[in-house]
Amino acid sequence: MNLGEGVQFVSFIVLAVMMIGAALGVVLFEKIVYSAFLLGAVFMSIAGLYVLQNADFVAAAQILIYVGAVNVLILFAIMLVNKKEDYVPVAGRWIRKAAAAFVSAGLFALLTTMLLRTDWKIDLSVPLPSLPIEVMGEHFFSDFLLPFELASVLLLMALIGAVVLARKETIMGEETAIVGETPAPVLELPERPREPVA
Amino acid sequence: MNPGIDLQQRFTETLTSFNIPSGAAKAIWMPVPMLLMIFGATVGVLVSVWLERKISAAAQQRIGPEFIGPLGILAPVADGIKLIFKEDVVPANSDPWLFTLGPAIVVIPVFLSYLIVPFGENLLVSNVGIGIFLWISLSSIVPIGLLMSGYSSNNKYSLLGGLRAAAQSISYEIPLALAVLAIAMMSNSLSTVDIVEQQSGYGILGWNVWRQPIGLLLFWVSALAECERIPFDLPEAEEEIVAGYQTEYSGMKFALFYLGSYVNLVLSSLLVAVLYFGGWDFPIPIEQLAKLLHISPDNPILQVATASLGITMTLLKAYFFLFLAILMRWTVPRVRIDQLLDLGWKFLLPVGLVNLLVTAGLKLAFPFAFGG
Repeated sequence: MNLGEGVQFVSFIVLAVMMIGAALGVVLFEKIVYSAFLLGAVFMSIAGLYVLQNADFVAAAQILIYVGAVNVLILFAIMLVNKKEDYVPVAGRWIRKAAAAFVSAGLFALLTTMLLRTDWKIDLSVPLPSLPIEVMGEHFFSDFLLPFELASVLLLMALIGAVVLARKETIMGEETAIVGETPAPVLELPERPREPVA
Repeated sequence: MNPGIDLQQRFTETLTSFNIPSGAAKAIWMPVPMLLMIFGATVGVLVSVWLERKISAAAQQRIGPEFIGPLGILAPVADGIKLIFKEDVVPANSDPWLFTLGPAIVVIPVFLSYLIVPFGENLLVSNVGIGIFLWISLSSIVPIGLLMSGYSSNNKYSLLGGLRAAAQSISYEIPLALAVLAIAMMSNSLSTVDIVEQQSGYGILGWNVWRQPIGLLLFWVSALAECERIPFDLPEAEEEIVAGYQTEYSGMKFALFYLGSYVNLVLSSLLVAVLYFGGWDFPIPIEQLAKLLHISPDNPILQVATASLGITMTLLKAYFFLFLAILMRWTVPRVRIDQLLDLGWKFLLPVGLVNLLVTAGLKLAFPFAFGG
C-alpha cells in the first residue's frame, strides 16, 4: 500500500464513521437545531466520499446545493419558527410507530439485497475522461435531456408555488392624516384580501 | 507557452538527489505550499488591516496609527496579540459546543479557498479542474457557521445578525455565480490557471475587463456583499443590532471572525484580479518583449523575473481593489435590508442572466474574441 492508497483508505474510514454518526445524530437528537446542523455534516461527508471517487465536480455541487442552500434554508426555517411547543401524546401513536418501523425495515431489506446482489467489480478498461464536466454536460444535453428538463420544470413549479404562497399585497396610499393631529397611526398596512385561485 | 518555474519538480528532484525516495519527497513537499499560502494569507490580512486603518485615517483627515512601529505598521500585530491574550468568554446561557464551532466553520472554508488562487503558471497550491467553482461552493458553507454562532449566542441581536448574514449570502451567491459563469464560458474552463492564460498574450488589451465590464460590476458588488463590507455590512450593523452574530464573542473566537472577514476580502480582491484583470499577467506582453530582445524563454533569469513580476502584479491588482473597498467604506452609506435584497434579486440577478445570454451570443458571433 503506497501513500495515496493509505490516505484514501483512512479518509474513507473517517468519512464513513462521520457520516453514520452524524446521520444517527440527526435522527436521535431531541433538539431540532442539532439535527439540522448534523444534517450539514452528513452532506459534507457525502461530498468527501464523492471526492474519494474522483468526482470532484459532483462533490462541489453537493456542497453548494445541499450544504449551502438546502441546509441553510432548513436552519433558516427552524430559527424563524422558534416556537416552544409541548407534545401532547396522541392516541393510537403505536400505529404510526409500527408503520414507520415497517417502512424502515422494508427499505433496509431492499437496500441490503441490492448491496448483496450487485456486482461491484469495476471495469477498469474504460479510461477516465480527462474532463468529466464536459462529458457530463454532453450527457445532460443528449441522452439525459428529458430528466434534466423535467427537473428544471419541477424547480420552476416550486419557485412559482413559493411566490404564490408568500405573496402578500398591502393597500398603499390611504394615509391622509397629518402627523400631530391624529393619534399615533397603526404601524400596519391593511392587507388586500386574496382572491381565491380558480 | 513556456512552463515557467516548477518549484515542486525542483524540490522533489533536490530531495531525491539526497537519496530520499520520491514518494517521501512528494510527501515532504505537499504541506509546503499549503503552509506558505496560509502564512501568506495571514500576512495579507495584517497588511490589509494596517491599510484599512491608514486609509480610513486619510479619508477622515487623521494620521492613524503612528507610534506602533514605523508608520504604525505593527498596529495589526498588536491587535492580534491583544486578542490572543484576552479572556475567552462563553456566555452562561449559550450553547458552548455550537458557540465554539461557529467561528471555525466560518474561517476554514475561506482559508481552503486559497487553494485555487494562482500567482503564476505553477505557483498555486493545486490546479484543480473545477477551480473557481470550488470557491463558490466553499463560500456557501460560511452562512452555516454564521447561523450557528448567531443561534448559539442566545442573544436576539446575534440571532438577527446570523439570519441577516445567511439571507444576504444566499441572495448574492447567485449573481456572483452568474458573473463567474460568463467568464468560465469565455475561457472554456473553470480552472483559474486556464482563465488567466486565456487573458494573457496581448497585455492589458487581452484582459477580461474589456469583454466583461458588466460582469466585473456584478462580481465586485456581490463579492462585497459576500464579505459583508460596507455598504452591505448589515449582519453586523452596529447602530441596529450591536454587532450582529459577533456580539457575544471575545478573545480568540472574535479574532477568528475578524481574521475570516479580512481573509475573505483579500481573497475576493485576488479573484477579481484573476478573473477580470489578467491575474499574474503584466500590462505589456513580456513574452513578445523577450522575443524581440532575443532572450530565450528558458533563460533562468528571465524565468525568475517573470515569476516575481507575476506575484507582484497579482498582489498589486488585488490590493488596488482592496483599496477601493476600504475607500468605499467611508464613501457610501449602508443600505437597508429591503434595499439589499431588492438589489440582489431584482437588479443583479436579471442583469447577470442578461449578461450571461449576451456573452453566449457574442461567443457564437465572434469566436476569435470571446473564446469560441
